[in-house]
Amino acid sequence: MHAQALSDAPLARCSMTELSAARTRCGWWLLMPSVALLGLFVMVPIAVMLAYSFLTDAGAGLVRATPTLENWSELFTDPYYRIGLWQTVRVSCGATVLCALLGYPASYVVAMTRFRHKWVLLLLLFLPFWISFIIRTMSWIDVLGAQGAINTLLRTLHVTSHPLPMLYNEAAVAVGTVHFLLPYMILNIWVSLEGIDRNLILAARTLGCTPWRAFLEVTLPLSMPGLCAGLLLCFVLAAGSYLTAAILGGPGNFMFGNLIYDALNAELSWPMAATLSIILLAVLGCVTGLYARFIGLGQIYKGFSR
Amino acid sequence: MTEAGGGWRGLVVVTLAVYLFLFAPLATTALLAFNGSTFGGFPLHGFTLHWFAVLAHNRVVIAAFRTSVLLALATALLSTTCGIATAVALVRFEFPGKSWLRTLHMAPILMPETALALGLLLFLHMLSLPRSFALLVLGHVVLSLPYVVLVVQARLSGLTRSYEEAAQSLGATPWQTFREVTLPLLGPAVIAGGLLAFTISFDNITATLFWRPAGIETLPTQIYSMLHTSISPEVNALGMLMIILTTVIPLLGAGGALYFTRVRG
Repeated sequence: MHAQALSDAPLARCSMTELSAARTRCGWWLLMPSVALLGLFVMVPIAVMLAYSFLTDAGAGLVRATPTLENWSELFTDPYYRIGLWQTVRVSCGATVLCALLGYPASYVVAMTRFRHKWVLLLLLFLPFWISFIIRTMSWIDVLGAQGAINTLLRTLHVTSHPLPMLYNEAAVAVGTVHFLLPYMILNIWVSLEGIDRNLILAARTLGCTPWRAFLEVTLPLSMPGLCAGLLLCFVLAAGSYLTAAILGGPGNFMFGNLIYDALNAELSWPMAATLSIILLAVLGCVTGLYARFIGLGQIYKGFSR
Repeated sequence: MTEAGGGWRGLVVVTLAVYLFLFAPLATTALLAFNGSTFGGFPLHGFTLHWFAVLAHNRVVIAAFRTSVLLALATALLSTTCGIATAVALVRFEFPGKSWLRTLHMAPILMPETALALGLLLFLHMLSLPRSFALLVLGHVVLSLPYVVLVVQARLSGLTRSYEEAAQSLGATPWQTFREVTLPLLGPAVIAGGLLAFTISFDNITATLFWRPAGIETLPTQIYSMLHTSISPEVNALGMLMIILTTVIPLLGAGGALYFTRVRG
């Protein structure tokens, strides 16, 4: 694809001596494949989705082209969807805060340690990105299940006689979500902690700051961009997920993603699934938009390009 | 806080807990893969390799593995070519609307995958097109493209333009310059981007559950459907194999490469 784009006629003309018009065209030609792809697979589908949310559901997977506000009124009146939205916000916020509380100390230790084999610690933090998401989620069944590690241990130690129900509830969903998101949080915080000039911390110390004060006034503010990027990323990824809830949650622990999947695959209602997706997209879009406006998305890109 | 204080010791304890939290569940799965019991849980009933043998004869799993590898290879190839072109355009060329296009290319990272997946499906529904393997590949390219672009872009903006300018002033065409100067300099980023795209595709399940054509299972969707009944030792064995496949092998490869460059260098 690339070779083809480059051997195209307009590109052959582009050289350093040509005027800027030629360079503009070159840039456009190079961008063509990816813009076409993103346009057809992301932008147009969003528009289609918006249109579908105003169409009539004729039942059994059929859609009638009569415009209606029925889907939207169902979304706002049916308590089922309100519960879904509330549960999504609750689990995502809880998981995001837990990620920050666990992730910050870990990133701090890895960034500041004088341990000789620091690279091993770092490597281990990046490893979960390579391990399959479904395996990581599934492994919690082996830990929390009735025949799992924790229950077996408690039984062997005669702490309990019956297995504790630790799986298929909201806590299990939250734990699975934290397990999936923690590496993203750690990566983002670590990137900004690594970028801090250590002399600044030393300067604060020589000027009489206690270690804690130096941390609060120098390290913490300077690592804020990474922490904020981690918070946004974790929240957006948590709110958009549905498999963690499907695997580790009970029937009542659905997230918004599960509602979308069920609207399509169980209720066979394309318009309702479209409406739910649009609202999820809009809510997360607002969160991201506010973030981009006040903090900027640069730090998130920085995290990923490491 | 420096390494001396009591605060530091507390932090180290939290860090160790985090590592335990990240890896203990995986270790449990790996341990249960060798369990002699016919149930996928504790207690342990002696060591066996039986479940790996069962797995080796499971045609469905092997077919799913083949599909996943093919899908990931196609995704990595397309995503990397497309990503290099995009990164070159975004870093080396000036044109109106560039910042808007940059945002467009990052959009799939911050969009909920469920909405992205449903959108494409609705579009197909509107056009009355069936789902197909080719569309699944293109969908995976969309999901991995932002990461490839970010990695290549970071490397490219760190490269000075003078090598490319030198080549061009010596009479190289833009294509020759790209092939013989820019691309070799981008080498590590291209490989990293390709590996990233491969992993993202190989690992993807959320969007794949929406996009896969009827009757096609990738390895993650196959594992998911195996989990519907209950967790079996066979699934644990498969989990164990996938952990090894996606971590130990790349690590050995990287370690080997490092060792040989050191010995030679």
